[in-house]
Amino acid sequence: MKFTIQVNEGPYQHQSSDTAYQFTRAALEAGHEIFRVFFYHDGVNNATRLTTPPQDDRNVVTRWSELAEKHNLDLVVCVAAAQRRGIADADESKRNGKDADNLAPGFRISGLGQLIEGGIQSDRLVVFGD
Amino acid sequence: MSDTKKFLYVNRKAPYGTIYALESLEVVLIGAAFEQDVQLLFMDDGVFQIAKGQDTKGIENKNFSPTYTALGDYEITKMYVSQESLDERGLTIDDLMPLTYEDEDDDWAEKSSIIVVNNAEIAALMEEQDVVLSF
Amino acid sequence: MMLHTVNKSPFEKNSLNSCLNCAAEGSTILLIEDGVYGALKGSSIADKVQAAMGKVTVCALGPDLAARGIADKVIDGIKVVDYAGFVALSVENDKVQAWL
Repeated sequence: MKFTIQVNEGPYQHQSSDTAYQFTRAALEAGHEIFRVFFYHDGVNNATRLTTPPQDDRNVVTRWSELAEKHNLDLVVCVAAAQRRGIADADESKRNGKDADNLAPGFRISGLGQLIEGGIQSDRLVVFGD
Repeated sequence: MSDTKKFLYVNRKAPYGTIYALESLEVVLIGAAFEQDVQLLFMDDGVFQIAKGQDTKGIENKNFSPTYTALGDYEITKMYVSQESLDERGLTIDDLMPLTYEDEDDDWAEKSSIIVVNNAEIAALMEEQDVVLSF
Repeated sequence: MMLHTVNKSPFEKNSLNSCLNCAAEGSTILLIEDGVYGALKGSSIADKVQAAMGKVTVCALGPDLAARGIADKVIDGIKVVDYAGFVALSVENDKVQAWL
């Protein structure tokens, strides 16, 4: 079965990204397909590579990046939500005249249409948020 | 068209205190371009999103409430509102903005998009969807 | 049928209450994150949860119960599932509504 996962909250502040990660991993282990993971609202903060948690804690960001690499996941960060919150890849940064970018490996920035497409193309849309 | 799905946006949060209402509306507007069967449900504090008389000058935030009144132009013509949620908050339909659309099958007559529903009707409404986006 | 997820403590937010009011007969409610406090035996909302269990199936996410130290205080009849069980519930039901 094909799933799209929506993550609406940032890492550490709220458990929703942890739950979404565990759900995604369990779905993959059960042989399901993850069509897309879409990060919206403060969920875009899961995509900054500048995150530096204490060494004895999980790294929510690299955990997503590693899962994406292992399973070829499509991790999409909403561009409008990302711009508001200062998440940018090199292109976005340049386009908006900024002096830095911070998008973590395995994530890409795109539009809200990617979420709607996920709803249309997938058998299930599962939302994690606050 | 086999690609058409029933989408329900469930709005349960008040505007301004958090960004959910605004960013949910942004999804609705983008989603309208996909020609799906779209419906909105306002319940719990979500009913405050479509309250009349919003004036955000004092908090220096954008007043996005007029956008709801334009949704009819995007062929979003079904806006469900929870009767129980209105009652709990001491509101009636008269406290809400008039949300309308022009019915092309009825000589473009202006009609209300608001459909007030009770909990049993909300249960049935949810069960008939393909995709539920909750905010 | 629909799978409803609730991730809020019923003592802080009305999500569980709204979900119980609007869940159709035969649907399933899964308590996750702080929502698992809704599974607490003897709480002020336990009667309402138990009454709903006649028409809906109520489940709770085991890792969230355990994390909060309430795994042995769950209302009888609530089914405890792990993440694989969460995935299975979202497959068995044909859509998922999150009561955020």
